[in-house]
Amino acid sequence: MRRDEVLQTLAKHRTNEVVLTTMSVAQEWPAYSQSEFDFNAIGTGMGHLPDMALGVAVACPDRKVLCLNGDGSMLMNLGVLVSIANTAPTNLILFVFENEIYEVTGGQPIPGRGRANFAAMAQGAGFAHTFEFSDLTAFDKELPTILRLEGPIFVTVQAAPSGKPLSTKAIPVRAAARALRDSLTRSQR
Amino acid sequence: MLQPKTIIEQLKKCGITHVVWLPDSESKFMYDALQAEQDLGFIPVCREGEAFAVAAGLWMGGKTPVILIQNTGLFESGDVLRGTALGLEVPLLMMIGYRGYMEMKAGKQPFDTAAVYTEPILNTWGIPFHHIETDADTAKIAEAFKQAQEISRPVAALICVEYNE
Repeated sequence: MRRDEVLQTLAKHRTNEVVLTTMSVAQEWPAYSQSEFDFNAIGTGMGHLPDMALGVAVACPDRKVLCLNGDGSMLMNLGVLVSIANTAPTNLILFVFENEIYEVTGGQPIPGRGRANFAAMAQGAGFAHTFEFSDLTAFDKELPTILRLEGPIFVTVQAAPSGKPLSTKAIPVRAAARALRDSLTRSQR
Repeated sequence: MLQPKTIIEQLKKCGITHVVWLPDSESKFMYDALQAEQDLGFIPVCREGEAFAVAAGLWMGGKTPVILIQNTGLFESGDVLRGTALGLEVPLLMMIGYRGYMEMKAGKQPFDTAAVYTEPILNTWGIPFHHIETDADTAKIAEAFKQAQEISRPVAALICVEYNE
């Protein structure tokens, strides 16, 4: 399956969850979603989206938080798997898009390509549930159930690049962060 | 003398909701005192860089976090401090254990180079900082917090000595 197919499937099932994205997913997700609860992190600390999602999940326990991370980004900060499992927010779902390359830098293979197993790492870290998908039909079928489960949940999707040029449009992250804060604060009143 | 309860009183005064931390020599006596606080959320992390992103997420969710790390961890956190805390303009109080400060202040050879680089690094990032050496200095914590809100940037309270019971 391709990443654009996975993102369209996520957009189809997503309701009012917060969605945090980074790297190539952040460049592509806006084509499928323009929600006030989206935050597309371009230019923020590399590898640190799951920690940001942990903070949002703890701050907003009544709202699901979906973190759409890449495999290269995940490798930069594996310790956060333990931090998430330790704090154990039940509303956090961490997705890792596995394309086994550094796509935005030209397609170099990531370390551990074909050997490292992210779901096994998450399970070992203590996540409540882990899932692995390589088939779009199975992902489409299981996603509604996953969105209802108590987490923290870890999901890997083996998704090839979409084959489309990635957007080079700058994302104003400062304004976007404040907009998300405003939306989340307002919705908690 | 720097007592944990004095620090916690200052954090409460600032309306801090969560403490994100990784233990260090300067803050080890804070651990039990913080654990006993029912009104403060407590989020341990595995590496200091995580603390900045967790804090940013808490802030985006409408909360008021503080991070508690050592200067050694500050050095490790460069990219997330740049891209997330400064990049998103998070008004963040950073309490940083200042390893080696007292030796350096006394003109002795510090244990390592951590103290030597701390203030130059903060100056390079454009992050204001305040020294906290005794209980008499703890009002500076509330001042640092207020300053962070006013300039919408991280501000550091440098914990220059170990907390004592």
